[in-house]
Amino acid sequence: MRRYFGRKLLIYGLTFFVAVTINWMIPRFMPGDPVSSMLSRANVAQPAAVEAMRAHYTAMFGFDLPLWQQYLNFWGSLLKGDLGISIWLFPTPVSDVIVRAVPYTLGLLIPSILLSWFAGNRFGAFAARRRWLDNSVLPVGYVLTATPYMWLAILLAWALGIVAGVFPVAGAYGFDLQPSLSWTFVGSLAEHWFLPFASLFLVAFGGWAIGMRNMIIYELEADYVNYLRALGAPARLVRRYAFRNAILPQVTGLALQLGVLVAGALVTEIVFSYPGLGHLILRAIQNQDFFLLQGTFLFIVIGVLIANFVIDIAYVLVDPRTRTGMGEAA
Amino acid sequence: MRNRTRFFIPVLAAGLLTAACSGGGGSSTPTGPAAGGAAGGGAAAGGSGGAFPRDETLYTSGTQWGPPANWNPLREWDFATGTKGLVYETLFMYDPNADKFTPWLAESGQWTGDLEYTLKLRKGITWSDGKPFTADDVIFTFELGKMETVPYHPLWDWMKSAEKVDDYTIKFTFVTANHQEWANHLYSRAIVPKHLWEGRSEDEVMNGVNEKPVGTGPYAYYSHDQDRMVWVKRDGWWATKALNKDVKPKYIVDIVNSSNEVAMGLLLQKGLDLSNNFLPGIANLVKGNFGIRTFYDQPPYMLPANTTWMWFNTAKKPMDDKEFRKAVAYAIDTKKIVEGVYGNLVKASDPSGLLPQWDKYVDKNVTSTLGFSYNPDKAKQLLADAGYKDRNGDGLVESPSGAKISLKLIVPAGWTDWMEAARVISSSAKAAGIDIEADFPDYNALVDVRNQGKFDLVLNNDKQLANTPWLYYDYLFRLPVQKLQSTTNFGRYENKRAWELTQQLDQVKPEDVEGMKKITSELQKIQLEDMPVVPLWYNGLWSQTTDSTWKNWPTSAPDAPKYPPTVWRNWLEMGGTLMLTELQPASAG
Repeated sequence: MRRYFGRKLLIYGLTFFVAVTINWMIPRFMPGDPVSSMLSRANVAQPAAVEAMRAHYTAMFGFDLPLWQQYLNFWGSLLKGDLGISIWLFPTPVSDVIVRAVPYTLGLLIPSILLSWFAGNRFGAFAARRRWLDNSVLPVGYVLTATPYMWLAILLAWALGIVAGVFPVAGAYGFDLQPSLSWTFVGSLAEHWFLPFASLFLVAFGGWAIGMRNMIIYELEADYVNYLRALGAPARLVRRYAFRNAILPQVTGLALQLGVLVAGALVTEIVFSYPGLGHLILRAIQNQDFFLLQGTFLFIVIGVLIANFVIDIAYVLVDPRTRTGMGEAA
Repeated sequence: MRNRTRFFIPVLAAGLLTAACSGGGGSSTPTGPAAGGAAGGGAAAGGSGGAFPRDETLYTSGTQWGPPANWNPLREWDFATGTKGLVYETLFMYDPNADKFTPWLAESGQWTGDLEYTLKLRKGITWSDGKPFTADDVIFTFELGKMETVPYHPLWDWMKSAEKVDDYTIKFTFVTANHQEWANHLYSRAIVPKHLWEGRSEDEVMNGVNEKPVGTGPYAYYSHDQDRMVWVKRDGWWATKALNKDVKPKYIVDIVNSSNEVAMGLLLQKGLDLSNNFLPGIANLVKGNFGIRTFYDQPPYMLPANTTWMWFNTAKKPMDDKEFRKAVAYAIDTKKIVEGVYGNLVKASDPSGLLPQWDKYVDKNVTSTLGFSYNPDKAKQLLADAGYKDRNGDGLVESPSGAKISLKLIVPAGWTDWMEAARVISSSAKAAGIDIEADFPDYNALVDVRNQGKFDLVLNNDKQLANTPWLYYDYLFRLPVQKLQSTTNFGRYENKRAWELTQQLDQVKPEDVEGMKKITSELQKIQLEDMPVVPLWYNGLWSQTTDSTWKNWPTSAPDAPKYPPTVWRNWLEMGGTLMLTELQPASAG
């Protein structure tokens, strides 16, 4: 057990180190200089003033140091929990910017991933033994999964938002509202949340349902099922065993999906202009905000690693073979 | 078997819980930043659940490209919309349409000597915290400029001192009397309260957030969130008593831009009263019955705000040859850009490049004899006369020395209208035999090569309409050329005479229009003979309004107000604030 988790932790540690390093490198090797673009926005008339300001900001962000020193400083402040100051939203600390955006992203992602996983598995297992369902609803699932996400999201926004006018298409709550714990406000939040959520849910749901349906059918043809049937076990019992076996690849799939969906939310948030992390990433790139870009990526890296770790633990619980493997190794 | 159900029940529970939380989780979060806001303007929130009554709220958009991050009036490029204009005010207002200065915080001001300017302040003005506004605040604000990183620091190269005569009188003395620039400072500098800013370090002054700004203006901070900035009307604004002017909307909600589609959608649903976005195709909506209006009800629909120039990198061959530059100017089909790319939302520029508001400074004799217009035959003639010939028969000319000419015109990727315009320039130049290719680097990369002088051709419109055309000549001719040219003379064009004239122009009194014209006429002659830069078209002061909640917007109609209909940064003191005082609730009949 200890060895299993020890090895996992080591791998996670290494992944984190490499990811953070790459994360630090990418914006620095992008063309352009953030201080330059900030000052050109400043549009100050006198060149003399511009030079003084350039020197000031270059020193302030530490861009005048040699690269290796910038890299060490980066790790130093990272370990202290300091992600620097956003250039784009000067002078807001990056951590503040991220903390404000994260709830929106999580509020979208966690329900859509878990609900679609849960509902998709249930539905897939169900469809495997109902021919009419298998023939009618599942093809819809295929279409949904195969649809380019961007397109589906825009279609939803257009149909339900613009044409039907049922749901708003921008922001996280009405522009006439002030955040408060009133029903109007919570209602407005839910209204703005629904479309992006629905788009994420639909796409993922189809995928899970198809996967589960195929696995169940495969399991129901396995030898142990035939054996159980021959013994006269009730159909309910047989299905339970089949379900238990079929769920394993789905758990692995969930772990992978967690990583992929962060990228999915990026598109969602841009289409519905929902103020989460995805939105920040786009703006950070456009404004060459090194620190914000690093901060958001770091957050995503940590999120994916944690999700995977949780799944690792869940695997020990749901798959007896992992436990056996650990026993042998120990 | 039971094990399985036991495992799935918590999963289900967790799923449902997070689903439930996402509504609640989302709701509890924004209260974080807003809790501060509610504290700031809590009294005004009333019992309406925090909502802004539609008939008392003005919704604007188009100026803010990111969440409001600071309220520091010295950071003129990224403070939250309205920080200067709604909260901090200026000594004068300047109306570019009427070319008129209106005393604002100042009561009057005049040159009392060759190098001396005396300013009288209005009495009875108070800061929003109740402290009186006096000469000390004005002197303090100007003296902040002694800090090296404050953008108006160069003022102190030619200003000697700002002295207090009495509480409401200030005497400024100068080393050089740069009248034009000084007039610009008078309506551009936001005056800050000395009693709150006094102890701040240079770092705090320039980089401080300045939450809860205390100003003399008609509005105060109410709240902000990632996608909006909310201002609330303040009681006791001095201008109500002194000038009988009153801003009508109780709340101003400025919505952060996300995309043109969103702005257009909000506008059509009457969720926006004033949009300062560039919305392509808006002309169709203005002509159709959608309740959307612009300043003019026919082309160009918008007031002009700045000129788009094409810079030649004069440090490079063959752009160092003025004959070649002239040929390029004749080869550009601006009409096609105005009609095809913009659908007549903009106007082609005068050959001088000066905005229509500066028309009186254009010497028509000079522009009619030296001015250029689209004429491919003339372009070919100029090229041939200067020795540019097509030697290899590909339809494109080579330089007299035989070197191949292939130039790149750069505009930022994503600026779709400019990209389209660059394509038009490229194809019309090619038709005249000049190989110009449109290229779209990332904005930051473009800034880099532009400042370092590593480009061939670049489009730019950085300088806005202001009180004096001096600003444009400073932009065109400023010397000496630096290693990095970040804001002026991107083309590295060196002409000592032009720069001398520009400096002379700066020292002409703004009232002396004849004196200014004499110099601008000479500058135009140099500009058109040498063609260091090609003026192309006037970008509009993008502005669309709806009448559902507020009316009496500025338009070209005879009895309507004529202020610039905008809340753009640095335009509130050019009439934006006055526009707010002219608005009327639509329900008032």
